[in-house]
Amino acid sequence: MLLIRCPWCGLREQAEFSCGGEAHIVRPLKPDELTDEQWADYLFMRDNTKGWQTEQWVHSGGCRRWFNAQRDTVTYKFGISYKHTDPKPEDGD
Amino acid sequence: MKKYSVFTLARHALDRRKSWSRAWRDPSPKTSYDVVIVGGGGHGLATAYYLASEHGINNIAVVEKGWIGGGNTGRNTTIVRSNYLWDEAAHLYEKSLVLWESLSQELNFNVMFSQRGVMNLGHNLQDMRDIYRRSNANMLNGIDSEILTPQQISEIVPIMNTSPYARYPVLGASFQRRGGIARHDAVAWGFARAADKLGVDVIQNCEVTGIRRNNGKVEGVETTRGFIGARKVGVVAAGHSSVIAEMAGIRMPIESHPLQALVSEPIKPILHTVVMSNAVHGYISQSDKGELVIGAGVDSYLGYGQRGSFSTIEGNIAAIVELFPIFSRVRMLRHWGGIVDVCPDACPIISKTSVDGLYFNCGWGTGGFKATPGSGWVFAHTIARDEPHHLNAAFGIDRFVSGALINEHGAAGVAH
Repeated sequence: MLLIRCPWCGLREQAEFSCGGEAHIVRPLKPDELTDEQWADYLFMRDNTKGWQTEQWVHSGGCRRWFNAQRDTVTYKFGISYKHTDPKPEDGD
Repeated sequence: MKKYSVFTLARHALDRRKSWSRAWRDPSPKTSYDVVIVGGGGHGLATAYYLASEHGINNIAVVEKGWIGGGNTGRNTTIVRSNYLWDEAAHLYEKSLVLWESLSQELNFNVMFSQRGVMNLGHNLQDMRDIYRRSNANMLNGIDSEILTPQQISEIVPIMNTSPYARYPVLGASFQRRGGIARHDAVAWGFARAADKLGVDVIQNCEVTGIRRNNGKVEGVETTRGFIGARKVGVVAAGHSSVIAEMAGIRMPIESHPLQALVSEPIKPILHTVVMSNAVHGYISQSDKGELVIGAGVDSYLGYGQRGSFSTIEGNIAAIVELFPIFSRVRMLRHWGGIVDVCPDACPIISKTSVDGLYFNCGWGTGGFKATPGSGWVFAHTIARDEPHHLNAAFGIDRFVSGALINEHGAAGVAH
């Protein structure tokens, strides 16, 4: 079982967490002005990165707070965890 | 290549099976082809076969980075059914089911398609309402469907716990008698052999590393075995569809997730149909070898690792043992994962793209195996005519812009 670091609670078992998908997708600031293509890109299109990516996780069986984490999608190794208000870090090792 | 029959079987038995020729060639790539298919799984091989047999295009290569059928074709739980809710999906999967019914004769290869029925259980009132709705929709589309009571379920599957005191009591089920299972390896081998016979080059250990384009038109594929020119390129790369799409500068609405399955040691025949439960998320059948074949749900995280979480398997097995207490001491033999390409609406993309001559067939998610022949059939049509068949017209990538999604998630699309 994977161990995941919650920025508030520390290392916990994977079963306590849920994954919320790709992080740093910015919500459109002017939704009225978006074209259909831009809406499709925001709502549906995903990087689906093979390798290091940043994703949203929620500690649903613990403090119930959202955070972002780096993870390698091939080896499933976790990099750093950080608060979702922090800027996107460089790729992990 | 020799036709397989009882007579060739007898003849080869006489010389101790020494004179069997190999089932397909092992060619080196030519410099160019009319069509290159990226991905040698069931769908890719079926596409090549139907391009050759239905559309008269024989100058085709199927390039596969590993060995044919070594990806999701060899990793699924082999369930075949067509009981989908929405018209577009139902017609596509029904076309596939009709092709399954004569596939062994068509390919001259026994794919061991066994129409032993597929049962979808309902555990609460809303499950049953959904089952009635889907079953009625199926019948209106000419797809066989029945509703079973717990009593009728017990008659078909006596070992299932249908007690009202079960943790998730079984209130009823839909039953598609024409559904069933097939031997997944044989599907890949059968299509490869039949396509090879029609002149298709099946090239294994050849990974695509780039898609060469010029002026918005495809020119060929860069591979680990050199550049291969092509007038048209069809990509059928399942879990790696986004990776290939990125090579052509296309963004896909796909997320790749690990999906796990496991088999038990072989036991005597005890389960004669396929049982699926969306609510507790497990599905099970018994292969002709006697193994119980069990499928789990996807892991919620994105993953290219062909393995998943233990907790997912744990929940899956808990559901199976609750439904079938008799299996609690069966020992599991193997356990593995595949990478499935999941679309937001749980329906595939079988489509032209913004690049001229480049086509994608992906997004089958957790349920692509059942569609293997139908997928190849409509994708071959799309590539050959440069326009979709009416069966896959609704499955274009443009539906994510227009908003005309085909939402199979809530209906039939949860478990496969």
